[in-house]
Amino acid sequence: MRILIKKARILDPSQDLDFVGDLLIEEGKIKGFDKRIEGVEGCKIIDAEGLWCFPGLVDMHVHLREPGEEWKEDIETGTRAALCGGVLRIACMPNTKPPIDSPELVKFVLEKAREKASVKVYPIACITKGQKGEELTEFGRLKEAGAVGVSDDGKWVPNSEIMRRALLYARQFDLPVISHCEDPALSKGGSINLGKMSAKLGLKGIPASAEVVAVFRDLFLARETGGPLHLAHISLKDSIKVLKWAKEEGIPFTAETCPHYFTLTEKEVDGYNTFAKVNPPLRTEEDVEAIKEALKEGILEVIASDHAPHSPLEKEVEFELASPGMIGLQTLLPLSYKLVEEGVLSPIKCLKCLITNPARILRIEPPSVKIGKNAELILFDPREEYIFTQELIKSKSYNTPFLNKKLKGRVKKVILCNFLHTLC
Amino acid sequence: MKDLLDIASLEKKQIEHLLSLAEDLKEILYRPIPKVPTLRGKLVVNLFYEASTRTRFSFERAAKVLSADTLNFSTGASSVKKGETLLDTIKNLRALGANLFVIRHPLAGAPHFIARSCDVPVVNAGDGTHEHPTQALLDLLTVKEKLGTLSGLKVVIVGDIKHSRVAHSDILAFQKMGSKVVVTGPAPLLPEPSEVSYFALEKGRFKVEVSPEKALSRADVVIALRIQKERHGTALIPSYQEYHQFFGLTTELLLKHLSEGGILMHPGPINWGIELAPEIEKFPRQVILDQVENGVAIRMAVLLTLLAGKKDENTN
Ligand SMILES: [Zn+2]
Ligand SMILES: [Zn+2]
Repeated sequence: MRILIKKARILDPSQDLDFVGDLLIEEGKIKGFDKRIEGVEGCKIIDAEGLWCFPGLVDMHVHLREPGEEWKEDIETGTRAALCGGVLRIACMPNTKPPIDSPELVKFVLEKAREKASVKVYPIACITKGQKGEELTEFGRLKEAGAVGVSDDGKWVPNSEIMRRALLYARQFDLPVISHCEDPALSKGGSINLGKMSAKLGLKGIPASAEVVAVFRDLFLARETGGPLHLAHISLKDSIKVLKWAKEEGIPFTAETCPHYFTLTEKEVDGYNTFAKVNPPLRTEEDVEAIKEALKEGILEVIASDHAPHSPLEKEVEFELASPGMIGLQTLLPLSYKLVEEGVLSPIKCLKCLITNPARILRIEPPSVKIGKNAELILFDPREEYIFTQELIKSKSYNTPFLNKKLKGRVKKVILCNFLHTLC
Repeated sequence: MKDLLDIASLEKKQIEHLLSLAEDLKEILYRPIPKVPTLRGKLVVNLFYEASTRTRFSFERAAKVLSADTLNFSTGASSVKKGETLLDTIKNLRALGANLFVIRHPLAGAPHFIARSCDVPVVNAGDGTHEHPTQALLDLLTVKEKLGTLSGLKVVIVGDIKHSRVAHSDILAFQKMGSKVVVTGPAPLLPEPSEVSYFALEKGRFKVEVSPEKALSRADVVIALRIQKERHGTALIPSYQEYHQFFGLTTELLLKHLSEGGILMHPGPINWGIELAPEIEKFPRQVILDQVENGVAIRMAVLLTLLAGKKDENTN
């Protein structure tokens, strides 16, 4: 099959490519791209005038819930949501039931993905056995089985000595250690940001120190060990200050944030809205601005969704009993695109945060617009505005504060090897 | 007004209405037979997911004076233990004919959660560390009765402000009526700087004061809170002895600092010898039992406001 995409704005962050032109795909591979491609016979022509064509996103922070919590999500539905969101590669977090802490379980996830996934799945394994924070998992065997990183996501590793050892050992196997920075002693019992909203709702607030203390410890351990540290979902202005210091010190680390931390504030939680309950919690206007600034300056290099599905059983309950997290695979791109509209990021820089930087951190070759490479492309309409209704959600769960809100920017088509998916 | 969930969402007018209605209704309590048929046929369900005797008795008494039927439901005897969700419980009780729910719950926002998915009025009788609106209303009524006004007063709250739903409601209620509120207590139990902007309805109306002596100075109303040494297994204060020494109220302290005519209140139950020295029971300007009586009047006013004028859904 041949597909000819005409008049698209073609972007590729891996080679800073940004031009309007045509792109030819043959037998699932990129055959050519140029200002104009004419005279190719027998191909399906896609008129892409006004659309952007770029490689699929790489989302390095996704919860697929399989095995163990399939009523919330499974590999099939989660990857279908990813596909519809233009996310063609995902790294899935190991806090399943049981947690992915052995090579057998890594293989289980890969096997399930081979059977039923719509996009490529890269498993992340636990740092410690059972995510208990006590004993390291087998980093070497996990990597051999296919793990692309280790994380106890959902929890921080509270024992500093264990984390120190993890970084030393991970360095040896070149496995990124992804840290969920929240000191449990400070965040325990809290369900939202400490501040105006926690006072209003009478809920125990999580202080900024819970994140900042954890960020600082992990950075200092990275400095001592040279371990490949990646900080997940940074949410605070004060954390950014610490990250800047670490950059000046030359400490090796990378850091990510999520769309909700540069889009929403703690106000979203008002009225005990459990869909806006997330860890770390939504913060303030000041923090939102600082996160945007940090993306602009390159202090934060990754935008990931932290897609965390929960069913009504976990969300339609009293606020303090509700599980934290929100789905995000289908909102990742439109919400990130907003940063381009606002002039915070250039299109290429935005796509670096969504494609090449996470790929680099996971030590995988990023998808790209290069001749001979597999077609792994999306066609995105940056102008389309729509209401994000429950019918559009492909995930099993619909826990998102963006439900029924207006979004701008929509994935129209996905070309993944030999398949052309027309989404809307 | 469909529900009474918190002081935060009440306007001054609504508070004034409830206070004046309570003043009128209070007279009924002094009649030889304190009972009127106003709410005959209505079913008030008291859902208490947390131990409480005085608040539950107060609501029950208020309902009975107005001739409403009551069903009482407390944890232990209820189906909560079976893992039934709050929402299921409510649906079942609604099917049994409940016309109004009074709920006390250990989790903040539980009454709001019920109110959202329930067509009959919900009254918050205390939710976690959030609010306890009827307590604040009865405090207002008591102060109005004793001092003749609710504006221009200095109201001082002493104790664990952070975890006290009574304090959270009082802080807002007294400011809404035109008074100034100062809170004091052990520093880790006071509102954080980032929380102050919520509690201060207007600049200069609310203050966190670490020195109890400064806080108490020229107070018109002092509200002492019940102190708990532990919460969920965490020690909040080092010891009761230390608390009493630095934050406990004595007759001497009150005589020194209270303004002329100033009064002392306590939401109960009191830990004598901890937040209040035992001799305070004899202190002439403590109005703790008046608060209890006013509690019934306020709750009558709340039930009447939420239930009166509504057709009984179950008879059609
Ligand atoms: Zn996390
Ligand atoms: Zn996560």
